[in-house]
Amino acid sequence: MAAKAIEVSGLHKSYGSHEAVRGVDLVVDEGDVFALLGPNGAGKTTTVEILEGHRHRSSGTVSVLDHDPGKGEPTYKQRIGIVLQETGVERYLTVAEAVDLYRGYYPNPLGVDEVIEIVGLTDKRDERIVKLSGGQQRRLDVAVGLAGDPDLLFLDEPTTGFDPSARRGAWEMIRNLKSLGKTVLLTTHYMDEAQALADRVAIIAAGKIIAEGPPDGLLQTADTITTIRFVKPSAELPPAISYRTTETGFCEISTSEPVAILNELTGWAIQNSVDLAGLSVARPTLEDVYLQLVRASEKGKDQ
Amino acid sequence: MKALREFRFENRAFWRNPAAAFFTFMFPLMFLFLFPTIFGSGDIPGPSGETITGETFYVPAIGVFAIITATYTNNAMTLLFAREEGVLKRKRGTPLRTRDYMLGRIMHSMFITFLLVAITVTVGKLFFGVAIPSETLPAFIVTVLTGAFAFCALGIAISGVLPNVEAGPPVVNASILPLLFISNVFIPTADAPEWLTTVAKVFPVYHFAEATLISFSPFTEGNGFEWNNLAIVAVWGVAGILIAFKTFAWEPKRK
Repeated sequence: MAAKAIEVSGLHKSYGSHEAVRGVDLVVDEGDVFALLGPNGAGKTTTVEILEGHRHRSSGTVSVLDHDPGKGEPTYKQRIGIVLQETGVERYLTVAEAVDLYRGYYPNPLGVDEVIEIVGLTDKRDERIVKLSGGQQRRLDVAVGLAGDPDLLFLDEPTTGFDPSARRGAWEMIRNLKSLGKTVLLTTHYMDEAQALADRVAIIAAGKIIAEGPPDGLLQTADTITTIRFVKPSAELPPAISYRTTETGFCEISTSEPVAILNELTGWAIQNSVDLAGLSVARPTLEDVYLQLVRASEKGKDQ
Repeated sequence: MKALREFRFENRAFWRNPAAAFFTFMFPLMFLFLFPTIFGSGDIPGPSGETITGETFYVPAIGVFAIITATYTNNAMTLLFAREEGVLKRKRGTPLRTRDYMLGRIMHSMFITFLLVAITVTVGKLFFGVAIPSETLPAFIVTVLTGAFAFCALGIAISGVLPNVEAGPPVVNASILPLLFISNVFIPTADAPEWLTTVAKVFPVYHFAEATLISFSPFTEGNGFEWNNLAIVAVWGVAGILIAFKTFAWEPKRK
């Protein structure tokens, strides 16, 4: 069994009368990429900031790398790297100088050029930070978070605002981090990102974890629906198949029993020589599961 | 030493912003030109019969104003910006200690102040015939650096209580400009009501100005060290540091 990088139980955090986090339990194995998902205001950022040591918890136990982050010990901060949104860096330094400045805070940092290469900024090594593009600044954020050679890296929405190719580049970078043996706690609004990168995901809504597991596991356990689609044939479909017609002239069938429905549909099509043009079967994505779970949790809250 | 490293990078970043650096140093020179032009500058005979230009007496006042701007105002404002931009929050997530960060800033302030005063005095001597004291020069340097330390510390302290960047300029100006006016810096306060001077004497500007003036005056006898004034300035500086530790805000304050 892998050692635990993060162990949280019964975590609560209140701001005045507002309870932002209400009983979060969380375990992250060492060396995993763990994605924390959830709508804005669900308590995601608060939870992560408690783990980082930026916030104090109201109650519960938190252990990160065998430290209590609430104590604000430099020995804890030496082992983590934090990449937040909206955190600036000394703008008049160059990329290499900024990495050098921050690596100087740690006892066993990585080399300047090593870090710059990991995030793919070697071409911009001696460029002033003010002159970097948004995507390059985000890479620099990661470089600065990585400079101290942390065992655990917090990445807060690392690809928000990226164009598709920059996102793929960032994913490659995060996979690099994993291959270096780092534990990564990632928050993101992109479900494909979580699906592509995370070993495990947790969905947080209204201050509680409502689902947790490997992305594929979540897809299987959730009560989700497969969608079958094809161009509406001229012949009448068998009455046992219920479908809806889209504005673009497609038939769409939503079912939790895709195998039986497909069997009936294709059998009927072959018998009647009907060509099911554009036939596609879409399994639910993590996004579908996410939306379903979050909606269900919101309904539960209203009742 | 961590603070020294912080100072080095602070210094490097400072010179990379030429507009800010240039006007920090131009500021006193502008006054060195303006004051004698506006208020006149008569030569007077010195203690040993030499001629002393009127500009010589403007240098300490201009120095005090420029030093306070470069340390108090500048630190309060740059810290506010660094806080709003998230630079401080990022630092908070690293093992860097608060005291090393503050010490680095104070060292940078003292270094800039030293350059600022050296340039002002040199330009004053070359172009305006300003007399540089020889006997009281050590006292002048110590006074200037004590002031830089104290006003930098107070700048850090006030940045912690300011709610946001927009509140910076009005609050910082309101806290320092009245003190400059009642502390015998630009305007002689000999005719001002006594209570006003009593109030001024509570604050460090008055004592910093007096110590600077005396340590730079050709008429001063002895070594020019104004120990009482210096002690009061230094106590304000230490209080500033203690308050700064209490109030220092690493994150933007939002409600």
